Amino acid sequence: MYRYDEFDHQLVTERVEQFRKQVDRRLAGKLTEDQFKPLRLMNGLYLQLHAYMLRVNVPYGVLSARQLRKLADIARRYDRGYGHFTTRQNIQYNWVSLADTPDILADLATVEMNAMQSSGNCVRNITADPFAGRARDEIEDPRVWCELIRQYSILNPEFAYLPRKFKIAVTGAPNDRAAVGVHDIGLRMHHDADGRPGFEVLVGGGQGRTPVIGKTIRDWIEPEEILAYIEAILRVYNLHGRRDNLYKARIKILVNALGIDKFREMVDAEWEAIRGQGLTVPEAEQARIAQYFRPPAWASLRDIDAELELQATADPAFGAWLNSNVSAHKAPGYAIVSLSLKAPGREPGDLSADKMDAVATLADLYSLGELRVTHRQNLVLPDVRQADLKELFRELVSLELATPNIGLLTDMIACPGLDYCALANARSIPVAQDISRHFTAVDKLQEIGALSINISGCMNACGHHHVGNIGILGVDKKGKEFFQITLGGASDQNATLGDRLGPGLPQAEVPGAIEAIVDTYLAQRESEQETFLATYRRVGIDPFKTAVYGEEPVRRVA
Amino acid sequence: MALIRNGFLAADGYSPVPADAPLPATGPLLLTLPQWQAWRTELIERGTPVGVRLASDEHPEALAADTNHLSLIALEFPSFRDGRAYSYARLLRDRFGYTGELRAVGDVLPDQLLYMQRVGFDAFEIDSNDPVADYEDAIGGFSVVYQPSGDERVPALRLRHG
Ligand code: SF4
Repeated sequence: MYRYDEFDHQLVTERVEQFRKQVDRRLAGKLTEDQFKPLRLMNGLYLQLHAYMLRVNVPYGVLSARQLRKLADIARRYDRGYGHFTTRQNIQYNWVSLADTPDILADLATVEMNAMQSSGNCVRNITADPFAGRARDEIEDPRVWCELIRQYSILNPEFAYLPRKFKIAVTGAPNDRAAVGVHDIGLRMHHDADGRPGFEVLVGGGQGRTPVIGKTIRDWIEPEEILAYIEAILRVYNLHGRRDNLYKARIKILVNALGIDKFREMVDAEWEAIRGQGLTVPEAEQARIAQYFRPPAWASLRDIDAELELQATADPAFGAWLNSNVSAHKAPGYAIVSLSLKAPGREPGDLSADKMDAVATLADLYSLGELRVTHRQNLVLPDVRQADLKELFRELVSLELATPNIGLLTDMIACPGLDYCALANARSIPVAQDISRHFTAVDKLQEIGALSINISGCMNACGHHHVGNIGILGVDKKGKEFFQITLGGASDQNATLGDRLGPGLPQAEVPGAIEAIVDTYLAQRESEQETFLATYRRVGIDPFKTAVYGEEPVRRVA
Repeated sequence: MALIRNGFLAADGYSPVPADAPLPATGPLLLTLPQWQAWRTELIERGTPVGVRLASDEHPEALAADTNHLSLIALEFPSFRDGRAYSYARLLRDRFGYTGELRAVGDVLPDQLLYMQRVGFDAFEIDSNDPVADYEDAIGGFSVVYQPSGDERVPALRLRHG
């Protein structure tokens, strides 16, 4: 993984000192909260319902065991002994004090981490395929580019006060695990006929109140030109994005208002003016960063499918876990293991400090000391020997991190919701907990197969409900919480937005409705291979409507 | 309100002209865009120092052909959250070749001076008890930058490779 050099260290250290002074001035009353707000936000500090929340970047989801231990240490010393992994591959601490934050940031700097721009109207943490560098279907490692873009965007003076936040995601695999279609800029790596890499650039995707799937603005940008092209987009957005209405300020609104062709024209004009100058990525810098992402020293092994199959037959629980939580690795004899942070009844994404330490130890023992955070709020051990899977499984079971549900119904995304968030209309975590308690039978979950449920506590959509195969949105009706269900959303390479099923339901009826939807799918599917999404796309919404709300009352003709 | 120019406390020297007033006979003037457009020919002939103050929704492209005739351009920050003028500044410097004083006015907070300076501002109107100290604090806070931004600082990605 990337390691800081003297420049990176210097910059982060100076940033911590700058923020320390700003906090001192705030505490001394020399800065108003209004003036302090953008400064703290750009250092990842939010003011939530009950306390300050600190959001720490995990750059494109890559984490070392050593860093995870530090995160555990921070959770213990400055928070209530746990942290919360987010849909942006970051970690949040929900109970920190303002006065402690400069020390926390200084601690983070010792393990090459920071919270810069994890909030605020600026370019946020760059996100990526959590299996980057390891997935068997990958054609290019996106992390090299993520790091280049990360550095380009950090403390970028021109774009610190954009109309609104700005999210960039990168994937180097045809199966999009980074949801690039719902980002302000999504980058998809391709090869040309000669096998050289380049970027397809999507723009204007996003969720929130106005969900939009990003549109391809360019199908080919040379790698060394990617920073210049991104700068052209950012400049057009900074100059022309709306600033009069918070809800219309994201780039997607600008792209929609202008139309993609006009927007492309403006970006191209800007790009032409800055092309081939200071933003061209020097080959030496690209090579310098790439060397950090060279494959680790994998042993030369062979896949042991037959043996694993035997183990699976002998131990069905292990088999179920293999099925859903273990993915194909580039290197023969290795596997990518996902750790589920979605045990029944748990808060999705939460992990205690003790478990963080235990996971760090497992990463050292079984995965060359490296981990990943996924946008579905789970952790990943990217380099596990297949021969170690059985043993690792046992260890994970004892930590309650082996729930065999990755990619399945109970692998839910849920935003913090009313329990933490000042903007919420409704609870989201308890709804997720209800559902996970309702669907505990492993066989049934595996029978249902791939299915994502995403839950947001209000229309800001932090829980990505628009792109859940089943989306659940908390709404407020006359002071009561209701939950509106959408079906058919997806965030992969064929991203779509969900369709509304019908009127909102009270919390108690949500698990039953999910069950009715799932049973309808099972009854309608043509084969076990047809996923929920495929069936939904084939049969449409009506059978599901009927299953949840009953037959539509027949209109009486007068 | 204090004016910092190139790091020093400075006297303004430019006078605004009230709306509807005629073109004053002499002196360095700070005009609105419409005033400049109305008096442009006469002022160019006269050759005395002229500045233009652009509102935040006035694109500096309007001055692209005039950068040689102006010795001051002031860009307005209606709120410190409105970041358009950062891009305006870069366009004026890099695209339109403006080399005169570029002044940040309006809601200008000391904590933003470094960013402003990096995109090309060299003068700042700030509300502060100790403007020079604030300026030096802000500007001196960082010895490393990651990206080219029209200023003289060399970004890390170049320094790393000599
Ligand atoms: S979706 Fe709404 S409730 Fe949930 S975290 Fe975002 S703003 Fe808060």
